[in-house]
Amino acid sequence: MDKIVYLDNAATTRISKRAIDAMMPFLTEDYGNPSSLYSLGQKSKVALENARKTVAEVLGSRPDEVYFTGSGTESINWAIKSAIKLKQDKGKHIISSNIEHPAVKNTLKYLGDNGYDITYLESDKHGQISLDALRSSLRSDTVLISVMTANNEIGTILPIAEIGKLAREREVLFHTDAVQAVGHIPTDVNELNVDLLSFSGHKLGGIKGVGALYVKKGLLLQPLIHGGGQERGKRSGTENIPGIVSLAAALEDAVGHMPLREVTRLRDKLISGVLKIPRTHLTGDPINRLPGIASFVFECIEGESLLLLLNQHGICASSGSACSSDSLDPSHVLLALGLSHETAHGSLRLSLSVDNTDEDIDFTLEKLPGIVEKLRMMSPLWNG
Amino acid sequence: MYSEKVMEHFTNPRNVGNMPDADAVGEVGNAKCGDIMKIFLKVDNDVITDVRFQTFGCGAAVATSSIATEMVKGKTISDALSITNKAVADALDGLPSAKMHCSVLAEQAIKAAITDYYEKQGIDPTSHVGCDMQCEGCGGSH
Ligand SMILES: Cc1ncc(COP(=O)(O)O)c(C=O)c1O
Ligand code: FES
Repeated sequence: MDKIVYLDNAATTRISKRAIDAMMPFLTEDYGNPSSLYSLGQKSKVALENARKTVAEVLGSRPDEVYFTGSGTESINWAIKSAIKLKQDKGKHIISSNIEHPAVKNTLKYLGDNGYDITYLESDKHGQISLDALRSSLRSDTVLISVMTANNEIGTILPIAEIGKLAREREVLFHTDAVQAVGHIPTDVNELNVDLLSFSGHKLGGIKGVGALYVKKGLLLQPLIHGGGQERGKRSGTENIPGIVSLAAALEDAVGHMPLREVTRLRDKLISGVLKIPRTHLTGDPINRLPGIASFVFECIEGESLLLLLNQHGICASSGSACSSDSLDPSHVLLALGLSHETAHGSLRLSLSVDNTDEDIDFTLEKLPGIVEKLRMMSPLWNG
Repeated sequence: MYSEKVMEHFTNPRNVGNMPDADAVGEVGNAKCGDIMKIFLKVDNDVITDVRFQTFGCGAAVATSSIATEMVKGKTISDALSITNKAVADALDGLPSAKMHCSVLAEQAIKAAITDYYEKQGIDPTSHVGCDMQCEGCGGSH
């Protein structure tokens, strides 16, 4: 296998050149602890605060509303677990959707097992949730709404600004998991009307193991992680300076590429090419979708087999099939769309970045039909 | 995560396809992940002379079906019945533990086909097959 065609950018991205260049000094010469007084330490401190300013500019927030964390997952855990504590006198009801990433889903499950009452709004066949359903789910004891900005498996972009408006009217805190959105689509916190927004470095060209949380000024969120008092007492642990610097540099780079017209064009070319394969369906919202995500189900075949055959041609992709998950359950997101277990089994997600080319798409469109055909010829469900 | 042998069988599966004139057919479904395996047999004088399979499932499911068809071909019915899922997995140089249930599917598919063979001969299969075809491996789908 010579060339790799990387179409799994929703899983993680290549680290952007700018991120590597920006981070390198902090992996080599500039290793000081930002809490130290001497110049070497202060160099790290300056880099940290500059990174915070960069992130704030992109989010349209103030720098002191941005906190760095160890991952998107940590940001989400912190946001949800601490937001509900702020409102514990008001009640124990949380509203979310049934297509959230496990980072949100399992945090809510944990809270549900510990006395909280969770309403999961049902998505429609495109992965959209209804504002009316949200409105009628709101109760006097509702303390938090958490709905993702965009879905990682099917690329659907949700109506965050409208949800936020409703949350404001009803004085309910609103968190959004924007891990797939930041650096891909506009995510100005004022336009989105959010109180809390989580994202992650490695989905936008930064390194793995660094995330950030936007916390609206005035929300006195308690820390999730206690210790030496870094991040203004809110998130302890010596700051991951190389990671934070990479996140900020990658974000600046990513935002510079927006709107991702070229990525969108390649995505649409991929979608129309793949849909030429018989009994193949697009999953997610055909219109309101992330520029980089093309997702499908192929009837009568199974996703892990598909991934293995794609891999033999150097094509990297992912699937929500049961066999490719550790739990052996098909993805809850695909089931939430109303797909049968059997159909959800044949799912494929191809996710693009600015690094992808027409050549990548042509190559994929050349290989994929034969692979699907091969698997269908083996399938007891396929009868021509 | 898969051995070379698994990948080899997955990439070039043996005996794949339909067999319209089969003497016996066994189809089982995997309760764990929802996959389906179908095995077709041609039997002559208690000897399995030809075999085909169709599988809707993961790489391990395809590879176990493929090697299982090789293992039963030319065997007598009773020898074929003694093939265990462990023997199937071993023949593939092992499977990841999360994928052992796929080899169970292969064992059950063979047994289901042989059950069908006995039934078509008017013989009660239970005492021969020694499986009520209601276990987890076949999910009671027989
Ligand atoms: C929508 C969404 N939320 C949360 C996460 C978790 O982010 P991280 O890997 O930084 O913990 C991911 C990535 O896997 C994601 O796609
Ligand atoms: S058949 Fe589904 S995991 Fe192997």
